[in-house]
Amino acid sequence: MTAQPTTQPATTRTTGHTGTPDTTKIAVDGAPASTGTMTYREAMRAALREALTDDDRVFLMGEDVGSYGGCFAVSLGLLEEFGPDRIRDTPLSESGFVGAGIGAAMVGMRPIVEIMTVNFSLLALDQIMNNAATLQHMSGGQIQVPIVIRMTTGAGRQLAAQHSHSLEGWFAHIPGIKVIAPATADDARWMLREALADPDPVLLFEHGSLYNVKGEVGATPEIPGIERAAIRRPGRDVSIITYGGTLRTCLDAADLLADQGIDAEVIDLRSLRPLDDATIMASVGRTHRAVIVDEGWRSGSISAEISARITEQAFYALDAPVGRVCSEEVPVPYAQHLEAATLPSVDKIVKAVHEAMEP
Amino acid sequence: MNDHLRHLYREMLRIRRFEERCVELYSATKIRGFLHLCIGEEAVAVGVMAALDPDDRVASTYREHGHALARGVPIRSVMAEMYGKMEGCSRGRGGSMHLFDTSVGLYGGNAIVAGGLPLTIGMGLADRLTGRPIVNVALFGDGALAEGEFHESMNLAALWNLPVLFACENNRYAMGTALSKTHAETDLAARAAGYGMPAETVDGMDVVAVEEATRRAVDSIRAGEGPRFIEFLTYRFRAHSMYDPDRYRESTEVEEWKERDPIARLAEQLIDDGVIDQESIDAIEAEIERELDDAVEFAEAGTLEPVEDLTRFVLTEVPT
Ligand SMILES: Cc1ncc(C[n+]2csc(CCOP(=O)(O)OP(=O)(O)O)c2C)c(N)n1
Ligand SMILES: [Mg+2]
Repeated sequence: MTAQPTTQPATTRTTGHTGTPDTTKIAVDGAPASTGTMTYREAMRAALREALTDDDRVFLMGEDVGSYGGCFAVSLGLLEEFGPDRIRDTPLSESGFVGAGIGAAMVGMRPIVEIMTVNFSLLALDQIMNNAATLQHMSGGQIQVPIVIRMTTGAGRQLAAQHSHSLEGWFAHIPGIKVIAPATADDARWMLREALADPDPVLLFEHGSLYNVKGEVGATPEIPGIERAAIRRPGRDVSIITYGGTLRTCLDAADLLADQGIDAEVIDLRSLRPLDDATIMASVGRTHRAVIVDEGWRSGSISAEISARITEQAFYALDAPVGRVCSEEVPVPYAQHLEAATLPSVDKIVKAVHEAMEP
Repeated sequence: MNDHLRHLYREMLRIRRFEERCVELYSATKIRGFLHLCIGEEAVAVGVMAALDPDDRVASTYREHGHALARGVPIRSVMAEMYGKMEGCSRGRGGSMHLFDTSVGLYGGNAIVAGGLPLTIGMGLADRLTGRPIVNVALFGDGALAEGEFHESMNLAALWNLPVLFACENNRYAMGTALSKTHAETDLAARAAGYGMPAETVDGMDVVAVEEATRRAVDSIRAGEGPRFIEFLTYRFRAHSMYDPDRYRESTEVEEWKERDPIARLAEQLIDDGVIDQESIDAIEAEIERELDDAVEFAEAGTLEPVEDLTRFVLTEVPT
């Protein structure tokens, strides 16, 4: 599957807040498995369930996480299992409940706060930037904020310009928080747990196109540590660097390139802050070529940051200018063909790799 | 009782003299940045803190020197913070607007208007979930009532029946903007009704009234009866900050309010009632003067954090 718009698979609940009629079936797992083949959604739910079971200090809070089952059905069934104190429905008060999560974390809880989508996190930006990211520093180290803030990000579902943007790169600008983006079911299963164990605020981005994607989930994390990038496909000729929703697109592009005799390495960043410079530079050192794929806009973006770091740290290893495939500089449009044209695609990635191969 | 009244008097005077000293130090460029004084408003700080238990928590604003001192943050560490020294209560990383001392339950100093309110909601939620009998006090100005975070926090506190006291210092101005120019309903306590929250308006120039009202509210909150709102009517005698030329109000208005100076008013009453005499007032003044000299000396002698440590306290240091 790619980041191209897809029709809603039968197991997806459409996003309730968009007002789209909910005619689809909701997948309710019977005996919840925590390993094996499962969807990203199920993996995240398993991670939530484990966290709630293992640690009394953990609770989940957000809009429609309880009775509704989560606007992407991630927390479906958890209210029945853990009760309304720990699966806490909130009013439409992003700043209020994100701030409340921060306050609770300051005094010993381990809140998981869900914001429906990154677009709505802008209403809570004050709390994230001015409190979560700064309290430890402003207090000279007295205060810690071990909160995890989860939110959906990304386009691909024709939700237009207020529900489709990828703003995680903005958050990666901020010292004092960590920004992670699990792209696989295994990472969905395990990165939440590691984020909760982290003493500092972690923002966890879930690309909306991933929820129905199935993957293998192991009994232990495939990649331990939330700050490490993963090489998802080793290759010799070019490093394709990406994260989150565009990982599959890049892997598909790499398959196509292989048919053309180009052996691409695909790096899944997993963490946007901090960035795993070592893995990136080692890869570029081997392949001498880099193409960064990011669903965010190009200007002032995380892709710009990565490109700058490569020129700072691996300039002499490069055989070609660093390439970038980003979203077009336009608010994401509604019409399917326009949305598709806005986003990174297999074709665009293949083209960028070709340019890097023959500069 | 008389001891307690003398204590309240001394606490207010100590804050007043501390801030007056800060003005001198500001002019001497020892203190920099924004400096917001609470001169005139000391009764609120002292009265509210007098009604709290040691485990209770306070989240305040950038006008919080009085709150910090009355809550028990050592005067030396507050002064060292004003100097930006490592011995400061926030290691010199916060300054006047960001005084923190969690050992006495002071969770900042917040320079975002209404920014601390959601934090008290979360702390209150944590207390409710864990069954701790703690009251969380949000202190904020009249300006905060126009912010969305205020409304979100009031609703959440009432909805979830949280142990939070909303303590509003209504000094009639948000910087240079008079209350009536920015609020459709200027009876601020009346606004709490929209959240089904009990509220009252109290003379914030009367420290005893402040303490009594706070105690009533805190007792009911601690008994699990949910959040409360108190509007303290008060006034700042000085400008908003050291940068403010104070052009937006009549000097006659300021003079009228000075007639109600909470410190002079209590002194007068205590002398009339024979609780205190001029001699002991002089003695208190001298004590405070010594305490301040010592605090300044402590701050002067304090250390500047080595620049090598600049990026500490951004993320938690994990021992390697
Ligand atoms: C969100 C936000 N907007 C604007 C400011 C700038 N500002 C600082 S203090 C202030 C006035 C606040 O007035 P009030 O809440 O009544 O408190 P007071 O200063 O009177 O104690 C303003 C507008 C700010 N710090 N934060
Ligand atoms: Mg005011």
